[in-house]
Amino acid sequence: MNGPHDLGGQHGMGPIAPERNEPIFHAEWEKRALGITLSCGAFGAWTLDESRHARESLAPATYLSASYYEIWTRALETLLKRHGFVTQAELDAGHMLDKGREPKRVLTADMVAGVLAKGGPCDRPVEAPPRIAAGDSVRTKNFNPESHTRLPRYARARTGMVEAVQGSFVFPDDNAHGKGENPQWLYMVVFDAGEIWGEGADPTLTVSIDAWESYLEHA
Amino acid sequence: MSEHHHGHGDDHGHHHDNHLTDMEARVKALETVLTEKGLIDPAAIDAIVDAYETKVGPRNGARVVAKAWSDPGFADWLKRDATAAIASLGFTGRQGEHMRAVFNTSETHNLIVCTLCSCYPWAVLGLPPVWYKAPPYRSRAVIDPRGVLAEFGLELSAEKKVRVWDSTAELRYLVVPERPEGTDGFGEDALAELVTRDSMIGTGLALSPEDVR
Repeated sequence: MNGPHDLGGQHGMGPIAPERNEPIFHAEWEKRALGITLSCGAFGAWTLDESRHARESLAPATYLSASYYEIWTRALETLLKRHGFVTQAELDAGHMLDKGREPKRVLTADMVAGVLAKGGPCDRPVEAPPRIAAGDSVRTKNFNPESHTRLPRYARARTGMVEAVQGSFVFPDDNAHGKGENPQWLYMVVFDAGEIWGEGADPTLTVSIDAWESYLEHA
Repeated sequence: MSEHHHGHGDDHGHHHDNHLTDMEARVKALETVLTEKGLIDPAAIDAIVDAYETKVGPRNGARVVAKAWSDPGFADWLKRDATAAIASLGFTGRQGEHMRAVFNTSETHNLIVCTLCSCYPWAVLGLPPVWYKAPPYRSRAVIDPRGVLAEFGLELSAEKKVRVWDSTAELRYLVVPERPEGTDGFGEDALAELVTRDSMIGTGLALSPEDVR
């Protein structure tokens, strides 16, 4: 979707303002937001792709003025309601009103180290061989789906070169919407800045993305 | 509270006094509801926070870089199969499942960004800093990396090539900065001290020995 999250190349967002000796957390609620988000992810009720889509579906004004932990928290509320674990009435009340749905698993303290160390690998086998090889010239798709995609707007309808086949991975455009993992080959595609930004682009700059096979055609 | 940066410069005007209070209340309500339902274990949340406060952070990545500087065989492995090479040092897991290491050279400087969200190599760098997840960095890194680097105090020569890696999939990138001059004979521990978090994102260089003396 052409949401507020697709920020590459936008102007007017202001200075980076890196903070010297930045603490890991700026407030206690950020710690809880991190832990709650990861704990609820462990339910197995939604995918990381669906989470990302819930975040980018926040209203643009909300998204752009929120810290990232706030974005996580708001999106998590959406996911919990969508999947029947909590209701808005419960969030408003700050207490359980009905038991709600049971998850496949509840993350307990003794499971945390193992779950973090294992992570959630997204590589999956694909039977067909890669259609594109390193060194091939490719053109990215021009499309504007309202649904989830990981092809940023700045890299649509651009010609670049495949530098590497990265393996085969879950296809987020489908997986975010419960349509299955439908893995595809993934390619590292590099673009000259002039191809992306045109006039005035930095001649020393190249930008690469990781692009699923269905985003690409031979150029 | 208003001096805290939550992802934006101070000129956006939304750091009103009760902002944190709103989020404190919101998160507290969420945690209470979920705990009452038995859906979360508050002790698990403590364990997650502890892991990222004390175990998983940029010192992990610094070990990887120091080893790559010291051991050409490891550097070669890191180039070919970063996930396995990094796992051999014990760094695996969440947001480090599929790693790629990109090496700075005298010709090319590498910079990592996630324009679409906040993808970051947690297993080697820990949780991302606020600026990495915020609109200014995410919008500008791909179009004006030199301007971004200047804000970090890093001025690259005009001839240096800049390569920006946008983390659009599940691969997580780690920059291996150039080994600083004057470090001949340094062991891995001494080298690791020169490797900053920003040098592994690409918004900085490794420190020189004089910087840490």
